[in-house]
Amino acid sequence: MPQLTTTSPAPVKRNSLTKNQLPGWANWAVLAGSLILGAALSTLIGFNVIAWALISAALFVIAGYFVTLSVEGGRKAKDRFVTNIIVAAFIVALLPLVSVIWTVLAKGIPGLSMGFLTTSMNGMTGAVDNASVQNGTEVLGGAYHAIVGTVLITLWATIISVPIGLLAAVYLVEYSKGGALSRAITFFVDVMTGIPSIVAGLFAAAFFGLMFGPGTRTGFIAAVALTVLMIPVVIRSTEEMLKIVPNELREAAYALGVRKWRTIIKVVVPTAISGIASGVTLAIARVIGETAPILVTAGFVNSINWNVFSGWMATLPTFIYRQLMNPTSPTNVDPSAQRAWAAALILIVFVMLLNLIARLIARIFAPKTGR
Amino acid sequence: MSNTLTEGGAKGRAGDKVFSGLTLFAGCLILVVLFAVAAFLILQAMPTFAADPAKITGGEGFWVYIWPIVIGTLIAAVIALLIATPVGIGVALFISHFAPRKMAQGLGYVVDLLAAIPSVVYGAWGIAVLAPALVPVYGWLAENAGWIPIFQGPASQTGKTMLTAGIVLSVMILPIITSLSREIFLQTPKLHEEAALAMGATRWEMIRMAVFPFARAGVISAVMLGLGRALGETMAVALVLSSGALIPSLIKSGNQTIAAEIALNFPEAFGLRLSELIAAGLILFVITLAVNMIARWIISRHKEFSGAN
Repeated sequence: MPQLTTTSPAPVKRNSLTKNQLPGWANWAVLAGSLILGAALSTLIGFNVIAWALISAALFVIAGYFVTLSVEGGRKAKDRFVTNIIVAAFIVALLPLVSVIWTVLAKGIPGLSMGFLTTSMNGMTGAVDNASVQNGTEVLGGAYHAIVGTVLITLWATIISVPIGLLAAVYLVEYSKGGALSRAITFFVDVMTGIPSIVAGLFAAAFFGLMFGPGTRTGFIAAVALTVLMIPVVIRSTEEMLKIVPNELREAAYALGVRKWRTIIKVVVPTAISGIASGVTLAIARVIGETAPILVTAGFVNSINWNVFSGWMATLPTFIYRQLMNPTSPTNVDPSAQRAWAAALILIVFVMLLNLIARLIARIFAPKTGR
Repeated sequence: MSNTLTEGGAKGRAGDKVFSGLTLFAGCLILVVLFAVAAFLILQAMPTFAADPAKITGGEGFWVYIWPIVIGTLIAAVIALLIATPVGIGVALFISHFAPRKMAQGLGYVVDLLAAIPSVVYGAWGIAVLAPALVPVYGWLAENAGWIPIFQGPASQTGKTMLTAGIVLSVMILPIITSLSREIFLQTPKLHEEAALAMGATRWEMIRMAVFPFARAGVISAVMLGLGRALGETMAVALVLSSGALIPSLIKSGNQTIAAEIALNFPEAFGLRLSELIAAGLILFVITLAVNMIARWIISRHKEFSGAN
């Protein structure tokens, strides 16, 4: 039998609801304490910012646990511990993002000039780079040919994959009745999203290799490889968008005697067009940065090639790769590195712009779902 | 008054047939393409399987040539998963359950930005920033933990090692794991969460008792999809890893992955070597296909039982 005792009223002002709780400033106090202690400890092993941050973070997590344990009890302490770990995970995830963007900006901006955007690497030999390093003059050569290649190949991939992707999505949403075929298509579209990009490149190379002889490399083959990567993305996003078109719209059209295909073309697709457009833009953003499939299908050149059906082509990603792996001048790699980073900056700007456009389209022209 | 929507009788009927036929054709084309990918890879890889083992690179047949690279691919993917899974789930939880509601969506976009950066840029970042930064760490590991085979010294002086490649890969698959897990976490029935909190559970206990059991299948498949991406990722490894024979140490140069092997050698390959690389691609295709199919199977099974839709 537990013994009943009468508790005397608490002498302090805190009421029973907030008893055994840390005050709001406790967390900040622990943080300040661990930062100071972390600075002291990291000075012992030779001060640097990374060591300071790591030691302070570890101290903060541990101290937070024990401070909470002493006042609020074990369960709350565990909660505090996990919360701190999760916030730490988020900060850890942000570090590479910040580092990548900072590196690309810092290393890419010096190489960016009108000359870089409007000249190709045609005639750029190691001697030119050596001379520019020795004389301290501007780095010559640029990525114009790679920009042309990127735009053309991506354009062709879009032209092929958008109609196919759109029609397939229309089939899945409007025509299929949940049969085996549509379930197979849905399943394999999902599986296709996971095809490694280099395998898509190998497929295109193998396919055209059989038709036009091995070693055939053109921009169009690269576009076919990108199509394999792009179609599933287009289908998935279009499918999602068509699904949220309210059924009332379709029924209203049918009630007016409109045929099914005209309903789809004139009512369903226009209602969802903003979502479809943003999905397509995201798909373009995904394939524009692909390197491996281009490398095995379009080869690499230093001169401008406007014809996707004949001759090798360069794109921005392969340009970056080649400049880093095979610098134009093996003895002076700095000009090549500078060109690579400038091209990386252009590529990232392309991709970010596409993402931004996709989000804007989706937000401004959001479909009216009738809710 | 004729209306553009309703005009035409027989013509409209034909249009219906043509249009539905077109969509059906496009749908079937997807299956044909996937089948064609497999078929052409097999067709072009045949010479390798039929060839005299002595003529294959290494001189001892295709399987002897390929297995160290397959193991290397798996090692890189496992390192990436070991790092990206806890961090990715943590980030997903932070966005879905810990961050202030107003910030959550913006933070989601920020993490999605990681997915928008092209792989070749990650590779370049790996060589220029990450590898040099890790050299002292590797030196320390080789000195103090060298008795563990994976940290056997002497450490690479350039930092272009398997561990660096694995870390770069983990950054690249992080957004996949995060965004999928986040979606699943957000789908947890609000009633379950509120019931747990009403019983006096702390936030962590609520997540452990209500969110995790609900999300387990989804998170597993998210990790599998991340694995599929890590297995097939090419450029980051091709740029970051200075490749070589299969060795246990992760902090020395050495090891190779299938995708990087193809990318590095394909431009100069012809004849049997070309076929060999395509055969390697076929192996990669089969592995990633299996991983992705298992992941999708888990998701589809989960959908039927969750009642979330």
